[in-house]
Parts: sequence; C-alpha cells; structure tokens
Amino acid sequence: MNLRIIKGGIQDTVQDNGRYGYQYLGVNPGGTMDRLSAQIANILVGNSLNEAVIELHFPASEFFFEQPALISLSGADFMASINGDEVPRHRPILVSKFSILQFYRLRAGARAYLSIRGGFDLPKWFCSYSTNLKAMAGGYKGRVLQKDDEIKIHSDEVLTSILGKKEYQVLPWKADIGWEDTHLTELLALPGNEWEQLTAPSKESLEQASFMITSNSDRMGYRLSGQLLSLTSKEELISSAVSFGTVQLLPDGQLIVLMADHQTTGGYPRVAHVISAHHPRLAQLNPGERIQFRLCDHAMAETLMAKQQQHVLQLEYACKFKLEGIGIMTR
Amino acid sequence: MKYKTDYRIFPLGDSAITVDFGNIIDEAINLNVMAWFHHLTNDPVEGVIEIVPAYSSLTVHYDMLAVAKNIPKGQQAYTWMRESIEKRLQQYPAAYQIEGSLIKIPVCYDTFFAPDLGTLAESKGMSSEEVVQLHVSRSYRVYMLGFLPGFAYLGQVDDKLATPRKSQPVEVAAGSIGIAGQQTGIYPMVSPGGWHIIGRTPVHLFDSDKADPALLKPGDSVQFVSITLHEFENY
Repeated sequence: MNLRIIKGGIQDTVQDNGRYGYQYLGVNPGGTMDRLSAQIANILVGNSLNEAVIELHFPASEFFFEQPALISLSGADFMASINGDEVPRHRPILVSKFSILQFYRLRAGARAYLSIRGGFDLPKWFCSYSTNLKAMAGGYKGRVLQKDDEIKIHSDEVLTSILGKKEYQVLPWKADIGWEDTHLTELLALPGNEWEQLTAPSKESLEQASFMITSNSDRMGYRLSGQLLSLTSKEELISSAVSFGTVQLLPDGQLIVLMADHQTTGGYPRVAHVISAHHPRLAQLNPGERIQFRLCDHAMAETLMAKQQQHVLQLEYACKFKLEGIGIMTR
Repeated sequence: MKYKTDYRIFPLGDSAITVDFGNIIDEAINLNVMAWFHHLTNDPVEGVIEIVPAYSSLTVHYDMLAVAKNIPKGQQAYTWMRESIEKRLQQYPAAYQIEGSLIKIPVCYDTFFAPDLGTLAESKGMSSEEVVQLHVSRSYRVYMLGFLPGFAYLGQVDDKLATPRKSQPVEVAAGSIGIAGQQTGIYPMVSPGGWHIIGRTPVHLFDSDKADPALLKPGDSVQFVSITLHEFENY
C-alpha cells in the first residue's frame, strides 16, 4: 500500500541524514537542510533519528494515504490539514486509510518535514535515501516528487486498532521544542581560513552588519546581499573542499552561504563557517529575511551542538515511552 | 620525486579540518595528497566521516559528537582530531605512489560540438586544428573530482591553450570538453559552466547505476583521442 502524491509541490524530495563517503567523486552529501526538525519528526513516530523523511517547500505536495499511518510534521508551519481539518506540528498523528494531507499557507519557516512511521520502501543509492538532483539518483527516482507518484510505506496492524472508526487522531503529547526556537536570525560562525585576509572595515561589516537572503537562494546555497566586502590579498585560491555552512566571498564582494546541496569543492575565499548547531535555523529562513553573523570559537560550537543532541536524545526517550504505552513498539 | 612535508592545517568550520600543502597546482604535491588520502582512508581516525582530496589539500570531515564520546570529558573534539591527523601525517612520512589508470577518451572536436573552439583559436592566433593538435598531444593527470558528480579537473594544458574562464556561465551539454586557465575538464552532465567548450565525448563520465559510478578517479591519467562526427554518432 502506498502514499500517493495527488498534487505536486514546487520542490519536495525524499531526504535522510545525507550520503557520506563519495565527495571524492564529486557526489555531495545532500540530506535534509534542517537536520534537527527531521530528527524531531522521526522521533515522534518512533523512527530512528536518521530515517528518510519528505522535505517540503511551499507550495507543498498533497498526499493521499492508501493505508493507515502514523505521521508527524516538523520544521516550517505550512498550515497542515488532514481531510480539511488543521492539524498541529510536533505531534504524532494517526491517519486512517483514504486520508488526505494538504498544506494551505506558509506561516513560518521555509522547510517542513513529513515523517511516516517505518519510513519509505525505496532503494538506497550509495547508503542513503537522499535525493541527488544533479546525479538524478537517490530518493524517489532521483527527482522531485510529482503528481501520481506512489511511495510504498510500511503497514502496521496496531494503528488500525487504535484509530477505530476515527478519520485521524492527534496523539495527546507533543515535542517540546521551546529550547530551540529555530526561527532566529543570529548565526554563530567560526572564522574561515581567509578571515584574516578581509580588510578591517570588511571584518567589522561582517560582524556588525546584517545581510539579506536574496531570491537567488536554494538547497545549494543562499546568496546574500549587504555591504560589499573585500580582501587585502588578490591571491587566487585553487579549489579545495567546502562544507555545509561555509560562507564564501564572491568576486562581486557579496557573500554566499553553502547549504545541503553545495558543491563538494570550491575556490572562493572562505571567510566564515556557520556552526553546525545553527544550520537548522539557517535552513528555516526565507529570501527577504536578514541575518547577522557573530563569531565564536570551537568550544562554543561544540557545546551548543552537544546540548542540542542532549535535548534530541531526551525527547527520543520520552516519545519512545509514550508510544510503547499505547502499544506502538519502537526500536 | 621530492616529497613535500610542509603543510598548513586549519579548521573548515566545526566539523572539518583541511591540511593544505601549498596553494598551487603541482603534480608532486597532488601525489602526496593522494598518498595521504589513501593512508587516512585505510587507517582511519575514529569519528572521521570522509576525506576529500583536492589539488593540493586534503579535507577531513568528522562527526564531532562521535569524537566527543571517545575522548576525555572536557577535551575539544577539534583539538583531538587535529592532533590525531597530524600524528597520522608523521606516522606515514614515506612517499607512496598511487598507480592510477591511463584512460583514453574519444572526443569529437567538430564545430557542431565545440561552440568556443573557433574564438579560442582566434584569440591565440592559431587554427582550430592546431588547438585540437595541442589538446591531444599530451596526457593529463586527474588532479581531483568536484563541482559535479564525476567532474574531473585535468591538468595541465599547454601554455598556448591556457585561457581564463568566461565571465558568465552558460548552459553546457553533457560530455562537453572545456578549458579554463591551465585546466581541462569534462562535464559529466548538462550544467551551467564557464569553461570554453572545444569538443564533446560520447563516453559517460558518471553512471549512477554502477557500483563504481565515476569513470575517472583522482590520480588517473587521461589521453584524449580525436574522432570524427561520424564516429561520434556511431559510438
């Protein structure tokens, strides 16, 4: 039995934690833009943290469930509804056979995540379910989801018995994410290798000014618009590896922040790197919003990441306990 | 060959460390990069996710949470990883040459597939035939892969062919052979690109259905062989 797409969105793809080990062949890791929201969505339905989810952009796809499923939504608020009734984010939701999931409005954030208990029955490409649009591989046929696509999902008898005759049921607990307001525009960053080559006024701008995310922004990177920055050195860099969060200075004096689908290598000066703990909040920002960079050190970057992970593990433990309490076993 | 051991080591954000052997395109340096890529791959440091070799640098991506689990509380994952990588670099001081394969790649240099061949030749005061002759006259080292899945950066072309890349990228067809600076390369798939296109190969550079999807690997050598339009069509 399947999850059927009855209307295509602008760019909805299957993603997991990413594909690692192939960057030396030019294959980028990809994966979810907002790792944290995807993990929360998985936790709520009892999946492992890195199970594949559907990453939605607004206007998002519409889904038809050919069988009962336990789902959850996290990340951006797209005003989700089941059969026309609005349903909340960050809650496990049981949906019956023949239910329709739709999204009406972009209220906050940029990317929503749909998790389904048991994940999707899709082939992995190089150890990952993530969709690589360049290589046209991974995820669902290596492409964005379209109308009439059908993804096989796993069936679970227990869901039918809990649901009874109800069309859907929002389970009575939620993931408390108050500790991580993902919609913040201040981003901590480590200085990049070419930070020291920035002119003094450019360093000051980077730390003090705000930068607007332009419409030329997508899963590959966010082009920013702000004060022009310049380097003291004109030495050209030859290409070397770059990473999610790398802030590069383009020849026109503007910045680009590399995101999940970034190229594996690049030759523009690396002036800063957004810390991993702040990738999720960056992933939830839209063109037109302004961001500020604040420099920090490795100790801070690692502490924030460890704290985030601790919350995730606590949430995983609590949700496992709740799910098992109603007879849904978790691994 | 002289074995270069000086390097700079610096963080690439909070989850990666780059070892840089000099900001130049140089075969001896690239040989060392590949040697250390193999050493660090075969004898991995715990917590390493993957290693990316480039022209003259090596980047180690690691999982800071996995590293933190295995080191004394209070110690930084970054400091520990940096020290572990440097220890490995000292542990394997001897040159170690990786044997790459020599791969022949047929290329049709017909103007039909070579939108920039004429202007490139003209700007260099040569005929198109002379440009082609120079392009096939030597084999090229695969210095690194990047940009696109399976895109190999090959070097170095004859000084007489070196041309700065275009100021604006244009749409480039799959299989296109380009020149930028002293580099030459092949677009594995259709993509925007700023290299000057002088021909096209019928060979697939990247096949996602294969267990080994990329035809070229860092360290291989490439010899271009000129073919006619008729041979291209019947390839």
